[in-house]
Amino acid sequence: MAKVRGSIVVDIEKCKGCEVCMVSCPTGTIAMAGEVNSKGYNYAWPANPDLCIGCANCAMVCPDGVITVYKTKI
Amino acid sequence: MAEITGIKEIIRPENLVYKRTKVMTDNILSYCPGCGHGTVHRILAEIIDEEGLQSETIGVSPVGCAVLMYNFLDIDCQEAAHGRAPAVATGIKRLLPDKFVFTYQGDGDLAAIGTAETIHACNRGENILMIFINNGIYGMTGGQMAPTTIPGMRSSTSPYGRDVKIMGNPLKMTDIVATLPGTYYVTRQSVHTPANVRRTKKAMRKAVQYQKLNRGACFIEIVSNCPSGWKMTPVESNKWMEENMIPFYPLGDLKTPPEEPASNLKPEAK
Repeated sequence: MAKVRGSIVVDIEKCKGCEVCMVSCPTGTIAMAGEVNSKGYNYAWPANPDLCIGCANCAMVCPDGVITVYKTKI
Repeated sequence: MAEITGIKEIIRPENLVYKRTKVMTDNILSYCPGCGHGTVHRILAEIIDEEGLQSETIGVSPVGCAVLMYNFLDIDCQEAAHGRAPAVATGIKRLLPDKFVFTYQGDGDLAAIGTAETIHACNRGENILMIFINNGIYGMTGGQMAPTTIPGMRSSTSPYGRDVKIMGNPLKMTDIVATLPGTYYVTRQSVHTPANVRRTKKAMRKAVQYQKLNRGACFIEIVSNCPSGWKMTPVESNKWMEENMIPFYPLGDLKTPPEEPASNLKPEAK
């Protein structure tokens, strides 16, 4: 088991589905959802939450600042 | 430590690594998906928050995509006429020398209509920070060719690519202001990858700290993308930018402050 576990929370209504977070995620945690938010964008969501290491790369590149990152050691 | 079984156990205030700063308002940004403006707003807001300057900052917003900057940043802002942000910022800084004054401009504002204001404000050595977003295009008005459009780049007014013989050469504004004696710190950065965002944040923090010394103008160019104007997806536009824009506008510091004894580099007492 990994030593560090992370988790992200996406503010779905503010996400514009630009996919920049998806390509900058080193572990492939993030994917675009099949559903859309009220503005019609396919929002980002943690499709593989077990892979997240809490590196905050996604939050760094997010143009809309919708991602909150948590990290803990186990 | 107890074994973590669910995600809900990770999402706790004590495990927080990164959160949107309070200096940004809750309004949804008006920029297109994937636009670099949002990232630059966010890192600027984070620096203002971390340096404790929220009540001492006055921003000057441009005409262009960032015209509604005052809706997104919870600081005092002044709107300037097209291209005249450095002139307005000069006035503000001279009347209120204790405040931190910055301008935030795009390439149509800073490098086209406001070239004179930019060059003279830098040459006079006004103690302001100028943030220049360069996406090589007039993004707000429909992707027309700008002075910063690189050779061969397509835009709605150069559909076969910019031909230097007919349309002239692109203007490297940052290289010009770096040669002027009034500037203190001149750098060129980008925000398309996490590493570049971190580097830009470091450069911006340096520039904000240099402003407290009152040594001259600081100038940060940020090479950015324009997915809507370039007719690409955000990910494609970042890739195109890396392959084409960044070789033409190489990243890095163009002018760093001269070495000074550390005792000189303390902010002036109020």
